[in-house]
Amino acid sequence: MINMTDILETIKMIQEDNLDIRTITMGISLLDCADSSIDASCQKIYDKIYRLAKDLVKVGESIEKKYSVPIVNKRISVTPISMLVASSGGDPVKYAKTLDKVARDIGVNFIGGYSALVQKGFSAGDLELIKSIPRALSETDFVCSSVNIGSTKAGINMDAVKIMGDIVYDTAEITKSKQCIGSAKLVVFCNAPEDNPFMAGAFHGPGEPDCIINIGVSGPGVVRSALSKLDNTDDLQKVSDTIKKTAFKITRVGQLVGEEASKALGVPFGIIDLSLAPTPAIGDSVAHILEEIGLEQVGACGTTAALAMLNDAVKKGGVMASSNVGGLSGAFIPVSEDAGMIAGARSGSLSIEKLEAMTAVCSVGLDMIIIPGDTPREVISAMIADEAAIGMINSKTTAVRVIPAIGLKEGDELNFGGLLGYGPVMKVNTMSPLKMISRGGRIPAPIQSLKN
Amino acid sequence: MRAVITVIGKDQVGILAGTSAEVSKARGNIVEVTQSVLQDFFAMIMLIDITEMNISIDQLRENLKKNVKGMDIHVMHEDIFNTMHKI
Repeated sequence: MINMTDILETIKMIQEDNLDIRTITMGISLLDCADSSIDASCQKIYDKIYRLAKDLVKVGESIEKKYSVPIVNKRISVTPISMLVASSGGDPVKYAKTLDKVARDIGVNFIGGYSALVQKGFSAGDLELIKSIPRALSETDFVCSSVNIGSTKAGINMDAVKIMGDIVYDTAEITKSKQCIGSAKLVVFCNAPEDNPFMAGAFHGPGEPDCIINIGVSGPGVVRSALSKLDNTDDLQKVSDTIKKTAFKITRVGQLVGEEASKALGVPFGIIDLSLAPTPAIGDSVAHILEEIGLEQVGACGTTAALAMLNDAVKKGGVMASSNVGGLSGAFIPVSEDAGMIAGARSGSLSIEKLEAMTAVCSVGLDMIIIPGDTPREVISAMIADEAAIGMINSKTTAVRVIPAIGLKEGDELNFGGLLGYGPVMKVNTMSPLKMISRGGRIPAPIQSLKN
Repeated sequence: MRAVITVIGKDQVGILAGTSAEVSKARGNIVEVTQSVLQDFFAMIMLIDITEMNISIDQLRENLKKNVKGMDIHVMHEDIFNTMHKI
């Protein structure tokens, strides 16, 4: 029989430590929906998504009941919409509204893919889509948008970086009556993965199959709880081993849910994203893991090292637990979505500069950071450029999701509600990068040898 | 196909009887039971075969909660424990 301790451990993980499956994300290719008429194209999109995903929520809920493990979100990611705009022309916001409608009708939490990939330059449809992002996000509820502006192979498209500074700002401004929430649904990537199940950056890359199920696991609370049982004198090797073992168990649940969902929906199982994704709930924080490892508060010297170890151990444990790993896979450090990060930002222990250093050793990047409403647009562009440079040079995914809090100053707070959380406006260095950003052009792809 | 029922809480009369009555009503077959009482604290784990069961795991959980009062009850498919704790 199954061991009693194991059973009780699993139940404790779910009940007390917030173990959950963060998302079942169905990736759907819309390439076959392209049409020279935008209305025909929108109709095909609606029909295809509805046909493939209509049971997604129902299947998710039945798995939830079978195993008593919460599946927090059900989501859909689609082919970057700029590719459809390329053949149809017209107002891209029509696509956003179509996606929003189908998401509402099916009952999913988010739909991602209002995206463009412009790391080397703009092709037909890209600029039109990018310019429509503020309107699209203000006129929809479920749509998420992302733009890839750089990669290790292509370098950084600084023209796109310049535009994205404006777009991030405009999106916040146009949604200022709703806590500037538009910008919380807009990610600017470098090295964006094509199979990421997490929002706001999920899209279904052109190299993916027609339809696929990807799983995002969660579980920072479980890791913290396992570490809290260690002795203060246990060395870091022991800490790393504990994280590995816990990550293995968390990922196994993801694998089980993924296999079940794939079977029930008749759609192939893609990948598990091994990310430790926090929520603002107490006891579900990545920052608290770092503090459990031995820091007074997140942001202290040593934070980057602790995070590097955590990120690596999560991957090592998770890889063996799953047949296919992909997406972003690592630890997320979204400030407003993590109770420990929020506390660090409020007390002043955690600064944007420290967060930038942390992004060099974990997945994603400057995530869910609220910045003053009077931050100049070129400063936002320059933040994007800095983050993209870290990703480009280190061959990893980085991203920027900052929210200019229109009308608010450092120390004020924004509250998005739900998984997106809340947090204080953080200080930004506003020394002007205007001359560099105005130059535009491209930062060439980096050399891959002579690593120093 | 098997499921695991766990019942935890303050010891009282009729926990095992109440639980097994619900299981047999649902045509679940009890395969194994482990239970212990430490001071006043009752903990039971029951492994049941659900191949012939005429209601869902979810429904059985609801029935148990209704009829075995005051206890913390979980019913979960055994696969979650197997995948998590066995390679």
